[in-house]
Amino acid sequence: MNKASFLDKEATRSVLASLLAILIGMLVGSIVIVIVGLTNPSLGIKGAWEGIRLVVGGLFATGRNTAGKLTFGFNPTSFGNMLFRAVPLIMTGLSVALGNKVGLFNIGASGQYLAGTAGSLYVALTLPTSVFPAWLVWLIAFLFGMLCGALWGAIPGLLKAFLNINEVLACIMTNWIAANVVTWFFDVSNLKNMLEGTKSGYVYKTSTVLNDVVIEGVRSTVGAAVPEGATVTATRGGVATAKMGLDKLFSGSQVNAGILVAILIAIVIYILLSKTTLGYQMKACGANRYAARYAGIRDKRNIVLTMAIAGALSAAGGALYFLSGNTEFFWNTYQSLPAEGFNGIPVALLAINNPLGVMFAAMFMSMLQICGQKLTELTAYNEYITNVIIAVIVYLAAFMLVIKTWIAKLRKGKAVSR
Amino acid sequence: MPFLIRQTLVYAVPLMIVALAGVYAERSGIINLALEGIMIFGAFMGVLFVHMVQQWGWFQSAYDAKNYLALQGFCMLAILFSALLGAVFSLLLAFAAINLKADQTIGGTALNLLAPAFVLFFIRIIANQNTLNMYTGDSASWFMLKKAMFGYGRTEKMGFLGSTFVDKVYVATYICIIVFIIMAIILYKTRFGMRLRSCGENPQASASLGINVIKMRYAGTVISGALAGMGGFVYVLTTANCSANGEVAGFGFLALAVMIFGNWKPGNICGAAFLFGLFKCIAASYSTLDINGDGIYALKNLNINTNIYRMLPYVITLVVLSFTSKSSRAPKAEGIPYDQGSR
Repeated sequence: MNKASFLDKEATRSVLASLLAILIGMLVGSIVIVIVGLTNPSLGIKGAWEGIRLVVGGLFATGRNTAGKLTFGFNPTSFGNMLFRAVPLIMTGLSVALGNKVGLFNIGASGQYLAGTAGSLYVALTLPTSVFPAWLVWLIAFLFGMLCGALWGAIPGLLKAFLNINEVLACIMTNWIAANVVTWFFDVSNLKNMLEGTKSGYVYKTSTVLNDVVIEGVRSTVGAAVPEGATVTATRGGVATAKMGLDKLFSGSQVNAGILVAILIAIVIYILLSKTTLGYQMKACGANRYAARYAGIRDKRNIVLTMAIAGALSAAGGALYFLSGNTEFFWNTYQSLPAEGFNGIPVALLAINNPLGVMFAAMFMSMLQICGQKLTELTAYNEYITNVIIAVIVYLAAFMLVIKTWIAKLRKGKAVSR
Repeated sequence: MPFLIRQTLVYAVPLMIVALAGVYAERSGIINLALEGIMIFGAFMGVLFVHMVQQWGWFQSAYDAKNYLALQGFCMLAILFSALLGAVFSLLLAFAAINLKADQTIGGTALNLLAPAFVLFFIRIIANQNTLNMYTGDSASWFMLKKAMFGYGRTEKMGFLGSTFVDKVYVATYICIIVFIIMAIILYKTRFGMRLRSCGENPQASASLGINVIKMRYAGTVISGALAGMGGFVYVLTTANCSANGEVAGFGFLALAVMIFGNWKPGNICGAAFLFGLFKCIAASYSTLDINGDGIYALKNLNINTNIYRMLPYVITLVVLSFTSKSSRAPKAEGIPYDQGSR
């Protein structure tokens, strides 16, 4: 058997396995919808059929016509929002996938995501745009967010490498610590949205223009409109990711250049893992830490470095999502962790830890989120059915990998006997 | 002081029982990362049971007649139901991990994702909101012990023991403690328990002595599911007024930490759970906590941010683990799928 065709087959098999998982997930979701439809007289089989069509093709849903029938067609808002929501999923997916490649189960993406969010929001809303240009503030905020995430991610890495603490446990603990630290940080900060009375519990959007003013000797912060007789000491905020015309292409959506940044980072991680010495050393540690050490690879350094990079990736997801200028961060996170972190796990599993596959898996997941949204808008069902589908896919992924290693073993066995 | 002990018990008991759930699974060789998910599922099923039975009016007459014994029986039934459904839910993990030799961490994560999704989907359909409450009344009036039940008047005092362990306490808390003791004895003092533990250490050796490893691992996981389901329901009963909303505030993961902290041993787990329970209790109510009864809120006067108390259990876990991880006594075969061929 020549090598190229075997590799081709391996790749096809991986894609087929993922597609099968998606198919079964959709099927289970549909079955739940039908059962609920049949037991609920207000829905009936007609409602169930509408539900199934929306779960599969919700991305193309355009609403209902005057006769009350569902209509489908190209929906630029949904497409744009799909791309926008894929950004954090690509980043956390990359983070988990990188960990998996090195044999570390990074369940701490949520905490790293929070660290990145807090770091980038802090810089974006504190550095005066009256001194620095807005694009520079954006860049510093983005990089600082990634730095925060890298430091946060390095903690479980250090604990794993030097004290042999299970990284899953360390990640879970650091997640909750991050949730509390971030709540505390914004609790005492002056970044809470005080200008809009209805927005209690939210941090300012990064696009909000804030003016630090002195009115009759009293310092305070006001919005873009400066009252008369006040002296402006500094202007902050007004930072947002560039749209680069994408908002015109997908009108009415939140999409911006963040998606391009995310794709670029995915390509960089792909090159890092498959084309560089560092990537090779990392993967060697993942395959067998002790064998790698015997071969002269510094396993402890690689574990810490991997977790730091994984942390920076998750953090970049948080930074890109909240630097977009049209999203608001709810800072009281101590009781619940951001779902984006945990959704990185199914994304990575669905992509079989391939950085380029992560892009498509993330798009698929954000498409499912849009479908769920449409389901809530247009029927009596709700968006949580898409989470059921995702959970089923993860469940299948747990033994999809096992089946594939089993096939690989079978092949090896044959080769030996021959 | 009575308040502090009572509240600590409320937080410590679910942790204790769920940590023991983790011990049963891991001692049989299955990593049960799904404790959180099973708790969420068990909590939902217990609340749903209470909701439905109330809706059918079965215990309304007992409630009206203030027949506390019948109401406590109702509570027991709900606990049993949540344990049963928790066990059924854990079969998903057992099947993937034992029959399909799947990655147990990913399987557990799948259950952790599935439970809140499934639960919220149905809560939204049943209740048209994100929380499922009791059909009528609240958990305190239905299931809590009160001094009035023992003939004490509104102003009479029950004494230290009475006001700590009887007044405003849920019987469910004591049920959990009794179940914990019984299950710990079963794990250590019976033939079944020893066989189960052997499967988590060296399954091949166990099999050579005629033990059915697959059966034992199923037993471990299912018992684990039952205990976690029960713990989940008791948690929402005692802390969330018997309402389910698809989360248990990370208690399942905290229980996992308690289990590792307690070195997979019931006695140590008990101590660890009380330590964690104490911190949870302090975080929740430090500003009105009067420890020695002199009317001064000592902890509030220390002026420490709430979030520090909230994160202390997690920080302590990490610190203690960094000192003890070298002497960790994790079951040797946990997480490794049982393969009859490899000896």
